[in-house]
Amino acid sequence: MSQPATTTVEINGFPCRVWTKGQGPKLGFLAGLGGLPRWLPFLDKLAETRTVVAPSLPGYPGATGHTELDSHLDWVLTVRQLLDKAGLAGADLVGASVGGAFAAEMAAIFPAHVARLILIAPFGLFDDKEPAADPWAQRRDALPGLMCADGANWTALVAPPDGANSVEWPIEMSRASEAAARAFWPLGNTRLEKRLGLIAAPTLVLWGEHDTLLPPSYAQKFARGIDHGNGGATRIETIPGAGHLAYLDQPDAVARAVLAHLG
Amino acid sequence: MKLMWFHLMPYTELPEDFNQKHPSVWVDIHSSLFDPKRAHHMYNDFMDELEYAAELGYDAVCVNEHHSNGYGLMPSPNLIASSLARRTTDTALCVMGNSLALYNPPTRVAEEFAMIDCISGGRLIAGFPVGSPMDTCYAYGQNPSLLRERYYEAHDLVKKAWTEKDTFAFSGRYNQQRYVNIWPRPIQNDPHPPIWIPGGGSVETWRWCAEMDYVYCYLSYYGYKAGLSTMQGFWTEMEKLGKDRNPYRAGFLQFVGVAESRQQALDLYTEPAEYFYGRCLHVDARFATPPGYTTEATQRAGIESMVAKAANTASYSNKLSLKATNMKDIVDGGYVIIGSPDEVVEQIRHVATSLNVGHLMLLLQYGNMSKQTTKYNTRLFAEQVMPKVKDLFGDWEDKWWPKPLAKGQRAAVPAFRPQTVAAE
Repeated sequence: MSQPATTTVEINGFPCRVWTKGQGPKLGFLAGLGGLPRWLPFLDKLAETRTVVAPSLPGYPGATGHTELDSHLDWVLTVRQLLDKAGLAGADLVGASVGGAFAAEMAAIFPAHVARLILIAPFGLFDDKEPAADPWAQRRDALPGLMCADGANWTALVAPPDGANSVEWPIEMSRASEAAARAFWPLGNTRLEKRLGLIAAPTLVLWGEHDTLLPPSYAQKFARGIDHGNGGATRIETIPGAGHLAYLDQPDAVARAVLAHLG
Repeated sequence: MKLMWFHLMPYTELPEDFNQKHPSVWVDIHSSLFDPKRAHHMYNDFMDELEYAAELGYDAVCVNEHHSNGYGLMPSPNLIASSLARRTTDTALCVMGNSLALYNPPTRVAEEFAMIDCISGGRLIAGFPVGSPMDTCYAYGQNPSLLRERYYEAHDLVKKAWTEKDTFAFSGRYNQQRYVNIWPRPIQNDPHPPIWIPGGGSVETWRWCAEMDYVYCYLSYYGYKAGLSTMQGFWTEMEKLGKDRNPYRAGFLQFVGVAESRQQALDLYTEPAEYFYGRCLHVDARFATPPGYTTEATQRAGIESMVAKAANTASYSNKLSLKATNMKDIVDGGYVIIGSPDEVVEQIRHVATSLNVGHLMLLLQYGNMSKQTTKYNTRLFAEQVMPKVKDLFGDWEDKWWPKPLAKGQRAAVPAFRPQTVAAE
């Protein structure tokens, strides 16, 4: 697996890393909890036929500046600038988990910015009859199993690579968790339901069958909300053997579903 | 030195098998464990104890704020402090304190503290903690990544509300108010009631206290041995910043159990101490580290010291010993000082001088200690320990102590007369 090309864009005066790899039409990726501490087999699969562009949101690995963002409007405008500066305006967009909530916001608020949309277990809703689990109140040994169907996949994502700084690496990982908390504390509920109906892009909602963080039934809530805008063109697909970060558990199956939706 | 009597107000009837059957004393402790009829007696016992301590001449009585907590029954310490303002006369009232970011708008704190200061004739010490993760981020749902920024901004707002003479507009990042003009205003207005900051051991907090000229308080439950390195760090930082070693810059919390003899102290205080360190500190680890609560600078210092300590087995075992729940380890670790009056005198003098702390906050009630035992502990300490330690730090001026109205200017509060007596 070769490494992506790295560039840096400046958002609100802070650097944000942009990873690019592949060939073909551009496809943006906004990562889930934990961000992208390393390049992934899932993205490599997509890069076989698409130019994958993965910008890091402020506070996630490769980017800072989350401390400047006080409100949801701040976050939304920051993600919009990030897409623009990464050259993703008008491209297809995949967003997962916390990145999924922002991908949905982009498609709702700036419809011309997103061609086709794929949401993988996005944040943004909360149903008190089926409450989401709390990713920020977990014992250390319970967290991997909440993030992935196979906890080892999460552990591998955040493990320090050879030569990593033993002090700065764990701080970078906890910063990613803080950035997610800053935008989504305490329930992950950004009242996104009010805006789902504005999404006009053909949308695929993917959910890991074994997501113990966000109940898979939330997929229907998203699809119902979005259908108002795109006239029922929303599809739901469940990924067997996958947890919340389905692209870590089942990279090939998730990539196949994404590519099928893009046509 | 100042000897201050601190109450946590623990629920005293957590079951024997609490730790086995319940994951946490804090945040999601089950409501079925709380009996309001029993709590009626607990609150009244606790308030009797605080009043008793005031009568016996402690310099201050102290209360604090916790939420969803089985060892701290004061979501609003201000309610207790206002009652104490009427039932005590000369004792300072130390509210340790109000977690500023939890009040919306934070001017509520400026108002309530001003009320307590007015009712008490200027006896308030205003404590401003950030608040624990369990209280602030979990029980009160505050965003851990915004908590400190909100805290500092709320502090600026409260201080300005106390000192600015004219109605003003406050345009902050998190608080916007067109008309800030609190009524009532504190008696202590030169420039405001003393501000004390309970904090962990972060350099940032020490620097801020030095810059603002506030008292720094280290309120650990683990006593003077574990607190030594923190207080040494504090004084080293003060020296770097060019501040003097006035011991009244600092406060420290210490559990004490005094009796006629060491053996009698063990007999009396083992059960309540083991109840506290066992059941009351049984906190689920999942509520300990909300992301963003600890600043990156403090994380960095923590990781670096862990790396430094990795090769040092002595410090590692020291860290393990912080989890002691049996009396021998509790006493050996210095969490609780016990002994005869003379033995306690010796230890208190050692604590005060080795930590260089002028404000000693004493926990003489802890865990399920009964009112009778609490009063005994409180009286024996007042009569036989206090006189032999009061002389410490006599050369230093306590510039951070309340300045109440002169006695002749203060309202005469009539003695309490129960209605049943009056009806006869």
